[in-house]
Amino acid sequence: MAIPTATGQAQCPECLADVTLTNVMQNEITQCPGCGAELEITSLEPLTLALAPQEEEDWGE
Amino acid sequence: MSIIGGSGYTGGELLRLALSHPRLEVRQVTSERLDGQFVHFTHANLRKRTPLKFVRADAVEECDLLFLGLPHGSAMGRIDQLSTLADRIVDLSADFRLRNAADYDRWYGAPHASPAWLDRFVYGLPELHRQELASAKYVSGVGCNATATTLAIWPLAAAGLIDTARGVICEVKVGSSEGGAASADSTHHPERAGVMRSFAPTGHRHTAEVLQALRLKNVVTDVHLSATAVDNVRGVLATAHVFVKPGTAEKDVWKAYREAYTQEPFVRIVKERTGLYRYPEPKILSGSNYADVGFEMDPTTGRVVALCAIDNLMKGAAGTAVQCANIMMGWDETLGLDFPGLHPI
Repeated sequence: MAIPTATGQAQCPECLADVTLTNVMQNEITQCPGCGAELEITSLEPLTLALAPQEEEDWGE
Repeated sequence: MSIIGGSGYTGGELLRLALSHPRLEVRQVTSERLDGQFVHFTHANLRKRTPLKFVRADAVEECDLLFLGLPHGSAMGRIDQLSTLADRIVDLSADFRLRNAADYDRWYGAPHASPAWLDRFVYGLPELHRQELASAKYVSGVGCNATATTLAIWPLAAAGLIDTARGVICEVKVGSSEGGAASADSTHHPERAGVMRSFAPTGHRHTAEVLQALRLKNVVTDVHLSATAVDNVRGVLATAHVFVKPGTAEKDVWKAYREAYTQEPFVRIVKERTGLYRYPEPKILSGSNYADVGFEMDPTTGRVVALCAIDNLMKGAAGTAVQCANIMMGWDETLGLDFPGLHPI
């Protein structure tokens, strides 16, 4: 079964910039082109972004 | 097009832009002092770009578009004669920037020589006056420090966020080319190199333009402008301190900047969490027409530090003049202005 993806625009919760997203998956991490914030795709319908929590970054451990 | 007063730094920058502009053809460039000399002996970056020689102003023929790069105070008394040379004029000096003639007494220390002409000019900052520029025949230049200050705080004024009871304080750090091509004892290299010289702590003339801009949004407040010369050739960094109305959140400030500048071709919002230049920096704007604008807000005091970086000779003078000319002529306003700057530099 194919993993659901979505394409469209969402607003950066930090700087309100429009972020264009192409074939993104739930929980994928992207970067705002306006302010550089790390953003997580928290919903595909509607496309929604949230600031990616720092503590959940993969430190390679 | 022709340029009257083309031997100075803004005249040279204007000539550089015009020679690469797809819709402009430069016919004549004037300098009384350098009459008969090739322009590339003065503007060395234009070697092999033009065979033009300077001519005297009284040799200028009629043209479609005339740029004036004369020293402040030179055009206002001759505007009746100058206006016979072209249907459209862009004056880069301060002579027609202010709408109120009395402001010339206050800020420039002398009465205006042709006050009836002030209403015929549109202030040449497209971000504030694009619609009027489209139908204008006469456009004024902008003050470089005024441009940086105004663009830094304009979104806050437009959104009605400024606590006008507290005033606006702005420090501008400026490069030496703001002083023009003429030298003085104080600009001799051993004296000028390495300075951080406070040269207009109060009373800077460009304050008048900022006040005039704020009045467009019915914002009446004190503006305290201070200027400091630093050891750069080009560049202005405006750091404005603005207190916003109680209850204003950072999101409101972001929204104000987005609304003001998202559609602007030459204004970029720079407030980044990553990268090497996280706030506006004049260094990377040399030769470009961009104004980089950013801010930071202290939520405990309501102080917004609003920043704007420009190249004073470009967005602060010749670049904006060409942008205005593009609008006035009905062309794409970015024509001839696509240089993004250099990195590293």
